[in-house]
Amino acid sequence: MTDKSVPTGIVITGLSHDYTPRAGTRVRALEDVSLTVATGSFHALLGPSGCGKSTLLYCIGGFLPVQIGSIRTDRGLVTAPGPDRGVVFQNFALFPWKTVLQNILYGIGKRGIRGAEARDRAQRFIDLVHLTGFEASFPGQLSGGMQQRAALARTLAAEPDILLMDEPFGALDAQTRRIMQEELLGIWRQTGKTVVFVTHDVAEAVYLADEISVMSARPGRIRRTLSAGFNRAADPAVFKRPDFAEQVELIWQMVRAEVDDARRPVSA
Amino acid sequence: MKQGAISYLPLLILAALWELVTRLGLVSRALLPPFSVVLVALAHMLADGSLLRNAVPSLLRGAAGLALAIVVGFGLGAGMALLPRFRAAFGPLVQAFYPLPKTALVPLVMVWFGLGDTAKIVLIFLGCLLPVILGTYNGIRGVDHVLVWSARSLGASRRDVLREVLLPAAMPQILIGLRTATAFAFLLMVASELIIANNGLGFLIGSLGDDGAYPAMFAAILTITALGFLADRGFAALSAHLLRWRI
Repeated sequence: MTDKSVPTGIVITGLSHDYTPRAGTRVRALEDVSLTVATGSFHALLGPSGCGKSTLLYCIGGFLPVQIGSIRTDRGLVTAPGPDRGVVFQNFALFPWKTVLQNILYGIGKRGIRGAEARDRAQRFIDLVHLTGFEASFPGQLSGGMQQRAALARTLAAEPDILLMDEPFGALDAQTRRIMQEELLGIWRQTGKTVVFVTHDVAEAVYLADEISVMSARPGRIRRTLSAGFNRAADPAVFKRPDFAEQVELIWQMVRAEVDDARRPVSA
Repeated sequence: MKQGAISYLPLLILAALWELVTRLGLVSRALLPPFSVVLVALAHMLADGSLLRNAVPSLLRGAAGLALAIVVGFGLGAGMALLPRFRAAFGPLVQAFYPLPKTALVPLVMVWFGLGDTAKIVLIFLGCLLPVILGTYNGIRGVDHVLVWSARSLGASRRDVLREVLLPAAMPQILIGLRTATAFAFLLMVASELIIANNGLGFLIGSLGDDGAYPAMFAAILTITALGFLADRGFAALSAHLLRWRI
């Protein structure tokens, strides 16, 4: 597959992020986050809801301003969204007024590719995510799983260096989620992209990631970064291995401690 | 299309009832001429050209006012949705102007812009403006920001986002605004012509009524009703085409 993207790592240094809710006082969402994601690696951000893992992802995406600290890729400092960092959202974020093909052509067109070459490229990615035959369907006509495949194809076809995924399978049913996880691993092995993957599902993180950063809630901090590495096994049955179950249990205990921490009332 | 034809059956029944009550003398013919008599008057007016002579200037005024309202209303609505300062400046004006019945402005607009076409176009423009502003404003404000983010991360510039994401995503709301505006255009067109004009369908209704030519007057009213109905159907067809992705 010809691909103009350059695999790149991410270096985050001392990143803090505050936000002000519409009615309320400033809240610190991220506190002094430092993290290095190696080129071509699959990194999971894991934590209880409200821990700032999506905020961190959106800072990398350039959607939220970097206030304190820095985020750097091989292309330089992150200051705005850009096609070098492709994003897959939980609710797909397909353009509902465009067909599957038109959605995928959008990002390709933004890369300056048009005409037959663009259509060939779109078709390759439609085939890659097994949506062949649904090119002319509108997103509203597709199941959740198929919409997420289309969104993944749209993002990949725009040739990002880095893939940022925000709980992409969170809205899918259990069977579809399992299939999508397997397929994502297959595509990742094929393309060698750097992936940052946000999830609150421990088994999903252990199954997919090279490294897992466990985050704490309010303000979001990175508690620990552990390596997993089951994703390199190319064996869909790793779920059954005892060491897989052990790793899930170990990380679950950590996440649980964070959830308990977050529930404890703030003492004076 | 068969079902479409059946859905107009109530109109046919209404016409038959109209004919019946007047023929049976249940309603005085001075107040309501029989439907068939109105149809004969309509045929006469079509033949002598008086209907067309008055319908064309009316429709031109309506179209001009509506077109102006669409252009200005879209600009104001989009500006208010996207720029906080713009919203701070125009928001209170829109809110204050909103509950005012626009027909109340007829005498004022006549004083300002005279008795010609300009005054009528200005009036139609003012009446159509608010639904267009509100449709555009609500439409753009309601767009899921994740759509904008996904476009930006695919390489869209800030400028691209308005045309390629916000406009199509807001289209359902914008079209609701335009549909209301189209109905207002007919309302204000007739209202302004009824008061002062020397041609137009509103003028025709007024002058025929003054002359006591009731069958012809009803024929003119039927014509406006039919034109309004056709405009609305045409609009519905356009909406269905533009929003064919909403299944």
